[in-house]
This record gives sequence, structure tokens and C-alpha cells, in this order.
Amino acid sequence: MCGIIGLLVKDAGSRDSLGTLMAPMFDCMAERGPDSAGLAVFGAPVDGSLRRYSLFVGDRGYDWPAFHDAFKEQTGFDGDLRPTENHAVLVSAIEPPRFRQWLAECDPAPHLLSVGRAIDVYKDEGFPTEVARRYHFAEMQGSHCVGHTRMATESAVSPAHAHPFTAGEDFCLVHNGSLSNPYMLRRKLEAEGLCFETDNDSEAACRYLEWKMRQGESLDEAIETGFAELDGFYTLLIATADQLTLVRDAFACKPAVVAETDAYVAISSEFRSLAHLPGVADANIFEPLPEEIYSWRL
Amino acid sequence: MAVVNSAVQLDLAKKSVRELNQFLHGDLAGRGIQRVEVLNPGGVHNLAVGLDADVDVDIRGHAGYFIAGMNKQARVTVHGNVGWSVAENIMSGVVRVRGNASECAAASGHGGLVVIAGDASSRCGISMKGCDIVVGGSVGHVSAFMAQAGRLVVCGDAGTGLGDSLYEAVIYVRGKIRSLGADAREEPMTDADRAVVSRLLDQAGINHAASEFKRVASARALYHWNSDAHQAY
Repeated sequence: MCGIIGLLVKDAGSRDSLGTLMAPMFDCMAERGPDSAGLAVFGAPVDGSLRRYSLFVGDRGYDWPAFHDAFKEQTGFDGDLRPTENHAVLVSAIEPPRFRQWLAECDPAPHLLSVGRAIDVYKDEGFPTEVARRYHFAEMQGSHCVGHTRMATESAVSPAHAHPFTAGEDFCLVHNGSLSNPYMLRRKLEAEGLCFETDNDSEAACRYLEWKMRQGESLDEAIETGFAELDGFYTLLIATADQLTLVRDAFACKPAVVAETDAYVAISSEFRSLAHLPGVADANIFEPLPEEIYSWRL
Repeated sequence: MAVVNSAVQLDLAKKSVRELNQFLHGDLAGRGIQRVEVLNPGGVHNLAVGLDADVDVDIRGHAGYFIAGMNKQARVTVHGNVGWSVAENIMSGVVRVRGNASECAAASGHGGLVVIAGDASSRCGISMKGCDIVVGGSVGHVSAFMAQAGRLVVCGDAGTGLGDSLYEAVIYVRGKIRSLGADAREEPMTDADRAVVSRLLDQAGINHAASEFKRVASARALYHWNSDAHQAY
């Protein structure tokens, strides 16, 4: 199964209520994916010289202050570190390749969940409502977010296998469904020099689409190309710093429903997780058509 | 539980789905209950399933999956949209959806009438076995797949693969058919077809002329395995 949600608030003045609106959507989809969960939140981008790095470690007692001190001392960069249990967001001017190199030398090395100027990612094993409580999803602020509750069918249950998957910068994807040719995609992308962190099929889709965009295609163009190259079942929700995009495969076996008002666009696997939203009674509610790309921009 | 305008009201903000269904499975006739209103459905699943009673049930709002599944006798109306598999395996009675229905509406239905006032998504009437379905809007891809008996009336358009691997169910479409599925073919409308369509539209409360509909039925080429066909149906 798996559950997916997405929410984009249209009014910049309502961005502090993103988490309040989203959290019940997320909790309601917990039954569809009880083994692990995750959320990507996009806020106001940091200054052009800075990056946001979302970090994860398995140990909830991890010594983040020591990590922070080591980072500043060993890299020479300043950085603002905000830990939440075993997650932390680092905002720093260090460039991604240099940061990755330094991170690889840490012991134990935190896992880098996302890089960008607007994106923060939280994901972990556990029942989704517990994951949401642990990382304070209801308090999240920002313009848009995508979330996922996972019922694993094709690869292991681990924090790394949880969604969202990220690639490049300010790019993430959540997936309900299963691809039948992820290894073919991986081999193709590995030949192009791309590295994978898991054997998960959704990671292959994520890296494929982001790679296509780095080849100069727009996200819509990358998805159009993907219709021929991604084989299997999927409802995909993809987010960038300024865009939220929804697409279903040609058979549309995996559900999705959209509720759009002047204030927001909300997407979920099932309507019941949208039923609490203000103004939903008068929203434009529709089921996305197969192989139709639905995009909303900030 | 309140009684308003002779209808028993059950509020799902206060009652569970199980409590609702157990109530509907109770001795409604013995208690003189002819009408039940379900308030605040909130998109939840499995409302009014397995009914076997001469009763009217009105669900006031959007509902989730498997609404009015396995229905016998009852007349269930959803005043909103429904998710997957509304009226799945309906045996008799009437299930009406005032809004749109997601996938697999009336899947495997044996009897009775299912009316979707808006659009029905893909696989509408999949494997239907004798029920009648009237869709006021359009139906999605592979509707009436392997449909064995009954009638599917579509007042709007039909998506790709309509009637794929059709048996003896008959489909009537007023709008465009994006493509027919394997072994489905368009056939001339007869007076008997027009009478059927008129009657079903009348029962559905939808006003169109039967003469505007096309008939789609099985070419029956898939009935017998043909080893020379090389899967080229």
C-alpha cells in the first residue's frame, strides 16, 4: 500500500499554518503505511551563499553539540545547527561536495537526507503518528510539503528506505506503487556516474527524474520521458523549491485525490485525510487522470 | 441517535463505522425504521455495507471505499463523492452517488441498480454479473472489463479499452469512446436496446434520448481459445 500526502499553501501569510493543516492529513494515512514515514518541508530559501543540510543518525542520543563543534573546527565554516532527536538541520556556507567529504570522515557519520536552500527532510522507522510526533510535524512552517507513510513491499524497512527520497538540491519524491524496472534504471544511471544509497525502486525514480532535469529538461519534460522509461505502478508526488507535481501511471492503479481551494492545494491517497481541511466542502475535488501531469507553482 | 423527519440520524462524528453497520444490520423493519441518515461521513470507508433490508439510507457528504458493498434491497444514496469500489458485489436494491465515483464502481455486481450522477473513474463495472449501472458523466479506462451480464449506460465519454474481454454484458455510450478493448465491438442499436436505455435512464432520473446512444457488445471471438491466433486479438 503506502500513503502519500502533499500540501501547498497559496497565501504567503498562511505558511506558519502548514504543519497544522498537514499533520491530520499525515496521521490519517498512517494505516496505509505503518512501518516508516517521512516528510519534506519547503520553507523560504536561505541566502544564496548558504545551504540547508538535513542530517540523520540512528542513535537518538547522538551528541549533536560535539558534531557541531567538530564541524566548525575541522571545516573552518560557521554553521547554525538545529537538532531534533536523531535529526538535525545544518545551515552553512560550506559547499555540498566539501560537506559530503567531511561528513564521510565523521565517526559515526550522520546520513545526509537532503541538500538545498529550501528543503528540510525528516524520515524514520516507526508508526507514522509516532514519527510525526517525534519530529513535531504539526509545528512545521513553509510553503509546501510532501509526506509518505510506507508499507514496504520490495525492499527493506529502514530509515534510509523510507520516503521522501532526494537527489540533487531542493528536489524530492514520494511514491505509492512499485516499479518493475528499477534495476534497469539504476544500471543506466550508474553508467552515468550516479550513486545510489539504497536498493529501493523509488530512489531509482527520484534520481532518474533529477538526472533528466540536470540534462536540461523541465520536470514536466522529465516526467514525459519517464512515461516510456519508468515501468510499473506509481502515484508520484514530486516537490522542488517552487513546485509541487503529481502524476499517476497509465493504469492509475494507485489512488490519489486532490482538493484545491483559493487557499491551498491538498493531495492525498484518500479523501478521508483531507476531510478536516477548512473549506473542503467547497473545494474543487478531483481524481488525477492517468499520465496527466498536475503541477502547482508558488 | 436522533429521529428527524421520520429518519433515524446517525452521526459519524459520534458513532463508529462498526456501530453504524451493526445498527443497519439489526431488525429495522421490526422497529419501524424506513429511513436512516448518516451525518459527517468524512470520507471514511465501508459505510452501509452488507445491508439486507427494505430501507432508505442517505449518506450526507463524501464517503470512502466500499460504500454499500454487497447491498441487498436497500436504497443507499451518497450525497457527495465516493472512493473505490462503491456498491461492490451489489445483489439488489439501488445505490446512488450524487457526485463522482472513483475506481471499480459496482465491481462484480450481480443485480440491482447503481447510479453515478457524475463521473466514474477507471474499471467501472469490472466483472459485473447482472447489475445495471448508469453513469451521468464519463467513465475511465477499461470499464466493463470482463463484464459478464447486465447493462452499463454511460451518458458521457468512455476511456481507453472499453469492454475489454467482454462477455454478455452490454454497454451503451452516448459520447465518445476513446478506444474499445479486445473483443469489444460497436453494434447497431435495436428497438429493444433503445427501450432498455430509456427505462434505465428513467430509473436513474437522467434525461437523454435513447437514440443518442451507441451499443457496445462482445464480438465473442475470445470465447474459445484459438491456438492459431497467437494472442493477436
